[in-house]
Amino acid sequence: MGIHRGHKARPLEWVAEKLIFAISLSAILMVFLIFLFVAREAWPIFTGSMNSAAIQPVLQASDTAKLKPEVLQSYLGLTKAGFTAMDRESIQALMEVRQAAMDELPASVRSDKDANLNTVSWKYLIQPHQWTGYDKPEYIWQPISTINKYNIIPLVIGSIKASLVALAFSVPLALGAAIYVSQLARPALKEWLKPAIEMLAGIPSVVVGSFAYIFLATVLQKFLGYESRLNALLAGVALGFAIIPVVFSIAEDALTSVPRAYTQAALALGASKWKAAWQIGLPAAIPGVFAAVVLGFGRAIGETMIVLLASGNASIVSWSVFDSTRTMTATIAAEMAEAVFGGNHYRILFLIGALLFVVTFFSNLAGDLIIHRLKAKMEGKV
Amino acid sequence: MKMKTMTIGILLAALILAGAPRAVAGTVTAKGSDTMVILAQKWAEVYMQKSTGTKIQVTGGGSGTGFAALQNQTCDLANASRKIKANEIGSYIKAFGKRPTEYKVAMDGLSVYVSAENTVKELSLDQLDQVFSGRIKNWKELGGTDAPITVYSRENSSGTYEFFKEHVLKGKDFASSAQTMPGTAAVLQAVAKDKNGIGYGGAAYGAGAKHLAVKKDDSTPAIEPTEEAVVGGTYPISRFLFIYLNPALDKGEIAGYLTWIRSDEGQKLVKDVGYFPLPKNLRQ
Repeated sequence: MGIHRGHKARPLEWVAEKLIFAISLSAILMVFLIFLFVAREAWPIFTGSMNSAAIQPVLQASDTAKLKPEVLQSYLGLTKAGFTAMDRESIQALMEVRQAAMDELPASVRSDKDANLNTVSWKYLIQPHQWTGYDKPEYIWQPISTINKYNIIPLVIGSIKASLVALAFSVPLALGAAIYVSQLARPALKEWLKPAIEMLAGIPSVVVGSFAYIFLATVLQKFLGYESRLNALLAGVALGFAIIPVVFSIAEDALTSVPRAYTQAALALGASKWKAAWQIGLPAAIPGVFAAVVLGFGRAIGETMIVLLASGNASIVSWSVFDSTRTMTATIAAEMAEAVFGGNHYRILFLIGALLFVVTFFSNLAGDLIIHRLKAKMEGKV
Repeated sequence: MKMKTMTIGILLAALILAGAPRAVAGTVTAKGSDTMVILAQKWAEVYMQKSTGTKIQVTGGGSGTGFAALQNQTCDLANASRKIKANEIGSYIKAFGKRPTEYKVAMDGLSVYVSAENTVKELSLDQLDQVFSGRIKNWKELGGTDAPITVYSRENSSGTYEFFKEHVLKGKDFASSAQTMPGTAAVLQAVAKDKNGIGYGGAAYGAGAKHLAVKKDDSTPAIEPTEEAVVGGTYPISRFLFIYLNPALDKGEIAGYLTWIRSDEGQKLVKDVGYFPLPKNLRQ
């Protein structure tokens, strides 16, 4: 009998089931590990245990022999094992290099009033400061400089600005398309319209970015006549292409999940198709639409390649969409390769990464929760 | 979910940097400066045809990436478009107890590009300093038309950026409004399409935009970035390109390769890809 045939394979099925379970668990574990890794790399900045002052205390290399081993070890930033493994010559060379690094500092840095500031402390990360050579207190991101300046405010504003433009451009389009496809379109039309719009998600972001940077930039500048060819508007519009399928897909699902009885009742009462969609379908699905927008925002703020190519990447504080803008993601992508491993710049980039992780995590979480609540409501469980 | 993909990328990169074994024996790997990738590949290609049995792999990533890889023993040669910094030597000594060996392998002149429509033909170093640090904002002040200047710069991970900052801006910050482009070709394209733009990059690049002649100060003549001017040292914004390596590896086929690079034959290829050869006295 059939039952017995199935019975034989059971141990194998059990193994397969557990294996699949382990694999699915590993995905969650991976995300968790990544977060842990990012947080660990950024941790010294959170706790304020890094010091980025340009002028660091120097011990004379000629005194190496007179110094106590413990002093040398901590001065050179070595582990105990690393220190004991080194011969005297290497230690001497290291001392000379350390001294040379300080001697390399030009006189302009030595006399700079900011040379002793710890620029990676929270105060300088988020508050404006009047740096030497600037006329007024400003938010400055100049991580490779005589005095390295790591103010993250221009980048945060840049990311938010580009994402908001992207939403302003894509939400009306995506939502309009979702209403049309779910409520108004003939089934035959719907059949190919939905996959066609969702296919937009398959375009690699570097292609969208290049298209914006080479072609769209020229067209937009010709029509709008602004000064800076690459700017937040261009980046936002290009980002919009990337998030249209996200917003469309979720909003369309939400609209479709509104029970047909609602709109059919409206139609039976004499409402037009358009009126039923606009006044019955859309209001019923509004939490889903909101979730679509939130998820779209999460996608936009995390997108890298498009903004790297199309935004011009100038780290200025400005809310004008016609100014160039530098986003958090583009900054990480552009600067991580050259940042000294474990150095101040490296840790700040991870701090920005952690910040992005938190923002995208919570926007995704919020979006998912809203969708769940909506589904439950539509199915009459609440 | 770009963020996740990116973080995974970073994680993988970190794992590779931390744990990869030493480069495969019999293969010479070179890593580093993006500026030098084309040149290094050309060298490798010709050398491999000439001496069978040697395999040379070249990758980019930036000068600092090359230094990091050298220190992690994931490459044999580090290409660099800037001199190694004291703290990079420091971490190298921590790993090997010795300083890395440095070879000058070619020269490069940094050109200042403007749009072909721009009427300005020459600028002094001081004027360039003021333009790129944001104190001169209009072409009118430089003898051009009344139009705002759009400044294009490079990402701060580039050796070109650091060189320009050190030698033209004398260590000052670039203007915050300077737009940063992900490569010299991108700067060039931006300048070619923006009639008010100004940018900088290797003299090797240049189709589509105009190279400005540069004056050291107001009393000296303006110099075009030509070969004689760069190699002879009269063009004011020129630099050496370097290869660094572990002194313990400077023997056998690697030493042979480096000697060949600095021979007349190797230096001839430098010109083919648009950089400038070493002066005669620095060759092998």
